[in-house]
Amino acid sequence: MQNTRKSNLTKQLRIEKIGFTIFTIFAIATVLPIIAVVIYIIYLGSPAISWEFISAMPSDGMRAGGIWPAIIGTFYLTIGTAIFSVPLGIAAAIYLSEYAAANRLTQIIRMAIINLAGIPSVVYGLFGLGLFVILLNFGTSILAASLTLSIMTLPVIISTTEEALRAVPQSFRVVSVSLGATKWQTIWRVVLPQAIPGILTGVVLGLERAAGETAPILFTGAAFFLPRLPNSPFDATMALPYHLFVISTQVPGMPIQIQYGTVMVLLAFVLIMNIIVTVIRSRARAKRQW
Amino acid sequence: MNKIIVENLSITYSDGVESLFDITLQIPANNITALIGPSGGGKSTFLRALNRLNDLADVAKVTGKILIDGVDILDPELDVIALRRKVGIVFSRPLPLPLTIFQNVSYGLELMGEKRKNVLNDAVERALRLSELWDELKDRLNDPAYSISGGQQQRLCLARTLSLQPEIIMLDEPTSALDPVSTAKIETSLLELKKDFTVIIAPHNTQQAGRIADYVAFFLQGKLIEFSSAEEIFTRPKDIKTQDYISGKFG
Repeated sequence: MQNTRKSNLTKQLRIEKIGFTIFTIFAIATVLPIIAVVIYIIYLGSPAISWEFISAMPSDGMRAGGIWPAIIGTFYLTIGTAIFSVPLGIAAAIYLSEYAAANRLTQIIRMAIINLAGIPSVVYGLFGLGLFVILLNFGTSILAASLTLSIMTLPVIISTTEEALRAVPQSFRVVSVSLGATKWQTIWRVVLPQAIPGILTGVVLGLERAAGETAPILFTGAAFFLPRLPNSPFDATMALPYHLFVISTQVPGMPIQIQYGTVMVLLAFVLIMNIIVTVIRSRARAKRQW
Repeated sequence: MNKIIVENLSITYSDGVESLFDITLQIPANNITALIGPSGGGKSTFLRALNRLNDLADVAKVTGKILIDGVDILDPELDVIALRRKVGIVFSRPLPLPLTIFQNVSYGLELMGEKRKNVLNDAVERALRLSELWDELKDRLNDPAYSISGGQQQRLCLARTLSLQPEIIMLDEPTSALDPVSTAKIETSLLELKKDFTVIIAPHNTQQAGRIADYVAFFLQGKLIEFSSAEEIFTRPKDIKTQDYISGKFG
């Protein structure tokens, strides 16, 4: 009896050890490709990085000079996307999480949002071309491209915000209402402040995707070659992802370090967004007490 | 004088759980009325009916009448916000809002649009004194509410309710998560508070009802079995089920 128990125990410990090792290997395996990609890009791209590359206009058919207008363009498009999608997305999530009754209409809205998230980005591009560029006559412009990217970004922002709102304990809402709060007072004073870290995660995930997309801006706002800065929301613009597509496929004799240098800048752009949000989020989380 | 008159109140949840059946009773002002009975018997539902907190729950059907100071509070046109300020509630677990100690107590007043700092300061001090927290917490009012002990948190919740100067204070098993010392402090407060307020408590055990209640209502499976003075209930219960319950035969 003693012996069997002992051998069972060793066996269980061995299984535990094997399981732990397998999970560790898988966890490391998911990180490896990212590290490999980053190293590869830095290796090939860093020779291109210089102050001129970041701050100058492209020249010699984009084979030389800098990518400043593309950086600024992506910056404008990201800001534009944020202006439309963040308030709209958060408002929609508040409606779905706090106000919507559990009925057929809500079900349909939810389903629409889920399906919206699954639509290929090039379809958004064509939709934006039809609606914003042609029908609303915004032309190929930062405005049309931002609106197109906003629609693409909305499902991500809505679903993560909704989840963040739902994670706030129901008891806070009951307590607040019991003290004479209206629904909106409860949301504004108690629920939203607690949900901010989660909402920020959704916002940044959505905006990062918007910053890196090519297809939605292809027909709606991206310029092939525009060696000046856009001067109004109705102006077309260069943008990092589309510029990358152009110099990788459309321009013969393109030095490889310029391609990878552009990728590096795009990655840095997204990374900086991530760092800013992580800092804000950890500050907000530190204040959270439950 | 009867503060609350309940007539033939029945409440059905849409899933059929913890409903009330045909409750009729009168709750007198400036007394402590205890609702006793096994859990799941409808005490929480009854309390939450009195300030319409059940509106937030999945209640399918409410029939009957609840009159508070002669006003039918089940009237769909009723100003529920005013009702909830008048009928405060303390829940079974300490549930401070994720704010500072001060903000928890001033919350209800700020909802009403009160911004004057001196008014808020005075109200917070008065409420914290009433719940006997002022001396313990006066130097740390800007600390997060979750930094104080569970017993203090529950008294903070009482103070938060008192800050609105309600007329009726309901407590739903307020000491079920507290140690005996904190429990005693709450009970002492309640005996003091009944001079100015009508107190309704679902005590966390029968002994607590015995210590503080003036009137006792015995709820069993959604029905009101017996309602009378604490003395009557504990010495001469009329119903055999009441007797069995308070003598500990079931619970």
